[in-house]
Amino acid sequence: MYVAVKGGERAIDNAHAWLAEERRGDTAIAEISVAQIREQLTLAVNRVMAEGSLFDPDLAALAIKQARGDLIEAIFLIRAYRTTLPRFGGAVPIATDNMTCDRRVSATFKDAPGGQILGPTFDYTHRLLDFKLAAEGEVPDATEVLTRQDATPHIMDFLNREDLVQTEPFDDTHPPDLTRAPLELPATRALRLQSLARGDEGFILGMAYSTQRGYARNHAFVAELRIGIVPVELEIPELGFAVEIGEIQITECETVNQFKGSKTEPPQFTRGYGLVFGMSERKAISMALVDRALRWKELGEDFVGAPAQDEEFVLYHADNIQATGFLEHIKLPHYVDFQSELELIRKLRREAAAETQEAAQ
Amino acid sequence: MNGLALSGGFVDGPIQSAQAFRQIMTAMARPGEILDVSGAAPPAPLSIAAGTILLTLCDPETPLFLAPGFDIDPVRDWITFHTGAPFVSAGDAQFAVGVWKDLPIASFPIGTAEYPDRSTTLIVEVEDLCTQGFVLRGPGIKNSRTLSLPETEVFATNAQLFPLGLDFYFTHRSRLAALPRTTKVS
Amino acid sequence: MSEYNFAYLDEQTKRMIRRAILKGLATPGYQVPFASREMPMPYGWGTGGVQVSAAILTPADTLKVIDQGADDTTNAVSIRRFFEKTAAVSVTEATGDASVIQTRHRIPEERLREDQIIVYQVPIPEPLRFLEPSEVETRKMHGLEEYGLMHVKLYEDISQHGAIATAYAYPVKVEGRYVMDPSPIPKFDNPKLEMAAIQLFGAGREQRIYAIPPYTKVVSLDFEDHPFEPTKADHACDLCAAENSYLDELITDDQGSRMFMCSDTDYCASRRRQGHVGVKGTVFEGSAT
Repeated sequence: MYVAVKGGERAIDNAHAWLAEERRGDTAIAEISVAQIREQLTLAVNRVMAEGSLFDPDLAALAIKQARGDLIEAIFLIRAYRTTLPRFGGAVPIATDNMTCDRRVSATFKDAPGGQILGPTFDYTHRLLDFKLAAEGEVPDATEVLTRQDATPHIMDFLNREDLVQTEPFDDTHPPDLTRAPLELPATRALRLQSLARGDEGFILGMAYSTQRGYARNHAFVAELRIGIVPVELEIPELGFAVEIGEIQITECETVNQFKGSKTEPPQFTRGYGLVFGMSERKAISMALVDRALRWKELGEDFVGAPAQDEEFVLYHADNIQATGFLEHIKLPHYVDFQSELELIRKLRREAAAETQEAAQ
Repeated sequence: MNGLALSGGFVDGPIQSAQAFRQIMTAMARPGEILDVSGAAPPAPLSIAAGTILLTLCDPETPLFLAPGFDIDPVRDWITFHTGAPFVSAGDAQFAVGVWKDLPIASFPIGTAEYPDRSTTLIVEVEDLCTQGFVLRGPGIKNSRTLSLPETEVFATNAQLFPLGLDFYFTHRSRLAALPRTTKVS
Repeated sequence: MSEYNFAYLDEQTKRMIRRAILKGLATPGYQVPFASREMPMPYGWGTGGVQVSAAILTPADTLKVIDQGADDTTNAVSIRRFFEKTAAVSVTEATGDASVIQTRHRIPEERLREDQIIVYQVPIPEPLRFLEPSEVETRKMHGLEEYGLMHVKLYEDISQHGAIATAYAYPVKVEGRYVMDPSPIPKFDNPKLEMAAIQLFGAGREQRIYAIPPYTKVVSLDFEDHPFEPTKADHACDLCAAENSYLDELITDDQGSRMFMCSDTDYCASRRRQGHVGVKGTVFEGSAT
């Protein structure tokens, strides 16, 4: 006699309890606090904020803790939470000119007003495991200098003044919101950038890398990469002016790319743009390269069939929450569909065997 | 905006709109079936049913056309306060409210081949709503139903546009019935 | 979860989904784009169905959730719990007692009634997707009613295998206009798509909602010389002896012995309750849970 498999309810409860235990790990080891994650795993926190589309270091740190360090899972927690938040309004576009730069480098000019600021970068660290960290040593204080207090002009503006780089037309239209309206193609540049900003870092990196290796190569130079704090302002209709509601750390990357020209227009450099929450320069640079590759149509270039040029391919596959959900769903029960295929393949084989037999007779 | 505009909305929005939507949806799924709704107490000349549809479906994302007779301050104020729907001309409307003779049928968007859903839903206030009248056939109807309608020609033309076309709600007091573009009227 | 709204979604989101459902009912089989939200469960696990259910449920509803025909599969349990918590609805496993049924991959065996609504979870709503990966292109094809590609695919199947090699998610034509993916139900269930209940389809990740009103014409695509054939395993249920229900196949020992039982667990249990006994079953005893 067979007793049907039951117990889905209990299995789920048990799995959740076990998961909670595993998350905590060995209770002889002190529990990690959300503040520790926020302060000491900052770059993980930044990635969760960027791809979760929610600037809140405490919540991102909590999500990382809850997700046992699985960043995509943490991003998912943040996204699901973000969806339930009411919209009070849209901020005034942030002015990155006014950024207090913690880091600012240009690959195109040796020096420029505001200077080159290396900032807290891994760039020139030798990637040698630092065993001193295992011993919880105190950190020596870094030298402090006063940062530039004036607005730091963008390197691109200097090229723009000479008319050497394509001018972006001023556009005051309200940008579409990917989280409030279904993606529709062709997408505007604003929508593409929005999608890339919250897209998976690994995916955008891979796409950007593919352009460097020749799939829609666009000869990018980092004109400027800047990381720092900018104020966020909200227009209050009742007051008639904007008030500062807080400040956020962002990474901005502007690339100057291969030039183009025509019979009517002299040669000009073109641009790519990346902007990401927090200190996320790998993502910001990648974004700028992919942005540039996606602009082939508006810049009058050919579609060479490169993945990074294909807006539908990039935008539909950049979101790691969509991707991971669908990928992982194939572990859910598919008894019914599989059974239908089993029957079909058995039937086709029976028929094929019968035909072979007939032919042999 | 006077004080009346502030009243007449849902008391418990999430629950009342869920209950109203079920009726509104059932009506669209079963063209010609007359259903009761409640929850709204809108200013005249809006009926309870039309007001309930507006409260259930409209918000700042749904441009609304008000036909003459409905394009009056008390109605506008009430809709603005409770839904925030922007008022537009017929050509930009996602929803429209009015009596039959005042609705410029030919001016409403009927959708496009790629997006037939981008068409107007009309809320038509009628003097009477009953199951005597024209014969309806199509999806949602087992064999046929009968419904009182202001005329037939417009609906016949509309059905020929399928999958494009307009969708209609007819409202009278607290009762409503729907007539989507799929319904053939004779 | 009192910090969340009734049925979890905020009111504006529900209105947006409700408007999409209405347009879906007015254009049977056409996929209405909607701004699917990030739900607290993964994409691909029923977020579309969950959003549709959240938009239609009222506190008076009795909800049944099935996955592969069964109420007790883990994902069905998880979704049912979600609505118990957020929408305070009653739940049931009995098909006949449910006012709303959310399903993944099956249509219940018991004939659905006019006062019921069935909500399908849909992974890939576009029936042409595996023939043409571009959304821009498939949207044009639907607009132009250009379904030649689908017929070519089905015909190639026949020339290669002697039969149409699609066993589930078998495409249908709705009311003579739109070719539609009925979600990955086995083709055995396709004839049931013409029913008295309201059918709603939600694809969360792909941001599409579509619908079939009651008594709408739904035809499975086929050819005159290769007519559509709903099939199932050539067995009776080993537990309840049903001859006409869709069966799961189970491997019961290390030697690979097989048994077959109804995939619709409520149907099987109610038959056993009525005294039907299959060759490996016993007389039903115990509770209905």
